[in-house]
Amino acid sequence: MKTNEAVKNINTNSFTKMDKDYARFAVEVIRRSGVNIHRCWHCKACAGGCSFSKDMDYLPNQVIRLVQIGMKEEVLKSSAIWICVGCQTCSTQCPQSIDMAAVMDSLRQTAIKEGVKVAEPHILNFHKEVMNSIQRHGRTHKLEIMMRYKLSKKDWFADLDVGLKMLLKRKLDLMPSRVGHQAEIRRLFKLSRENNHD
Amino acid sequence: MIDRFHKFSYFPGCSLATTAKENNRSLHIFFERHDITLNELDDWNCCGSSSAHSVDHDLADWLPTRNLSLAPIGSPLLVACPNCYHRLKLSHMMLANSETARQQYEAMWGRAFDPDLEIVTFFELISEMADKGAFKDHKTGLKGLKVAPYYGCMLSRPPAMRHEKNFYGLMEKLLTSLGAETLRWNSSSRCCGTMLTASRPDIASRTIENIISEAECAKAECIVTACAMCHMNLEIRSKLPGKTPIFHFSELLSLSLGIGSGMGWFRRHLIDPRPLLRSKRLIP
Ligand code: SF4
Ligand code: SF4
Repeated sequence: MKTNEAVKNINTNSFTKMDKDYARFAVEVIRRSGVNIHRCWHCKACAGGCSFSKDMDYLPNQVIRLVQIGMKEEVLKSSAIWICVGCQTCSTQCPQSIDMAAVMDSLRQTAIKEGVKVAEPHILNFHKEVMNSIQRHGRTHKLEIMMRYKLSKKDWFADLDVGLKMLLKRKLDLMPSRVGHQAEIRRLFKLSRENNHD
Repeated sequence: MIDRFHKFSYFPGCSLATTAKENNRSLHIFFERHDITLNELDDWNCCGSSSAHSVDHDLADWLPTRNLSLAPIGSPLLVACPNCYHRLKLSHMMLANSETARQQYEAMWGRAFDPDLEIVTFFELISEMADKGAFKDHKTGLKGLKVAPYYGCMLSRPPAMRHEKNFYGLMEKLLTSLGAETLRWNSSSRCCGTMLTASRPDIASRTIENIISEAECAKAECIVTACAMCHMNLEIRSKLPGKTPIFHFSELLSLSLGIGSGMGWFRRHLIDPRPLLRSKRLIP
């Protein structure tokens, strides 16, 4: 499919040995994300449209640039890949149909796999708590996610007012809403574990 | 679509089933009034929210497939949450495009993949109802209310979904036809930050306060969104003095039919919208 075509179209014959090391990372990202990042021409429409580009160490198009030139460590250690929420605002505006959210997703997952030091550990912890909650109940249980996340962050009092207000308005249920067929949820998590051990 | 169907399978998603129960109730009541029945998928599971795609590609692809397998053949699946809609639709596309994935699906859920399953957003259904004249009778239901329609990122989508219908302007069109005044403003499609509200509240607060100030600058009396997540974020993350009430689109549609006061859902808002609605004589 499109991934393989994109990888095939890269002519590596003229590459030197060093070029090849750098290019390997780009090829890997293309394969994992299914996005041909070499199509990006750095018009920066993505950076302009992103609500959070000010908070990132590299702008979304700079993340693409780092991948294009093979600066793997810089990109995997960047805060940008974690701050991106995958809202697709940029993909909708991109003249080159770059699926930025898919690129960011694949970079985050590579960062986790390779065990690099994550620039935004709280964001990663939060995602992990959400996934744990889905694994336990088949659905997200917001109160539990927040409690466990706060436990990991050792930060009980920040935001206490917001949490209390939500409890009072019955917006945080005390008990989780659960899926009946838990075995089926376990099957899904098993599939993911098996694939990630490949 | 509604000519052919009056029954929809319905996927509420975690937010509408819990934090945003009132939005779920108003949706049900609103559709019932229009003779449309929503049958909640039996034993549905979370679509993966904004986390699965971030940290686990396989779960992002496969969590929604179980829900697809629960959908009865022959009726469209209505999805209330814009993010769940994306996840379900992308998984459906993955299965439609790959024989191997379909085999895996069939082995996993013991039933054939339905390539014809229509997955419908709340917006799509409302838009069709409007075209059929369903809202003619409540023309003055929101008279005098100055509203900033907020889409956030709900209409943004990956290139793979580029050819799906777009509903930008639907809230303006409908709210105006119901007597409200809709405003043009700068931040109607700026993302609210979704999960950053929990993991980086500093970023979320700044983003949300900007969004709300823009609405206030445009002289909005309230903001309306069609996403439960945006609704919650806009309510909890602003420390601005203005206290602009935030509504879910379904609440305003129901209100235009005279349903709302006495249902208890305005009471559950963190920013009380009742003084505004009373001042406009929209509720007693
Ligand atoms: S909008 Fe697209 S082409 Fe332009 S810089 Fe961003 S990713 Fe590259
Ligand atoms: S998908 Fe990520 S990079 Fe693109 S606009 Fe949204 S947050 Fe920014």
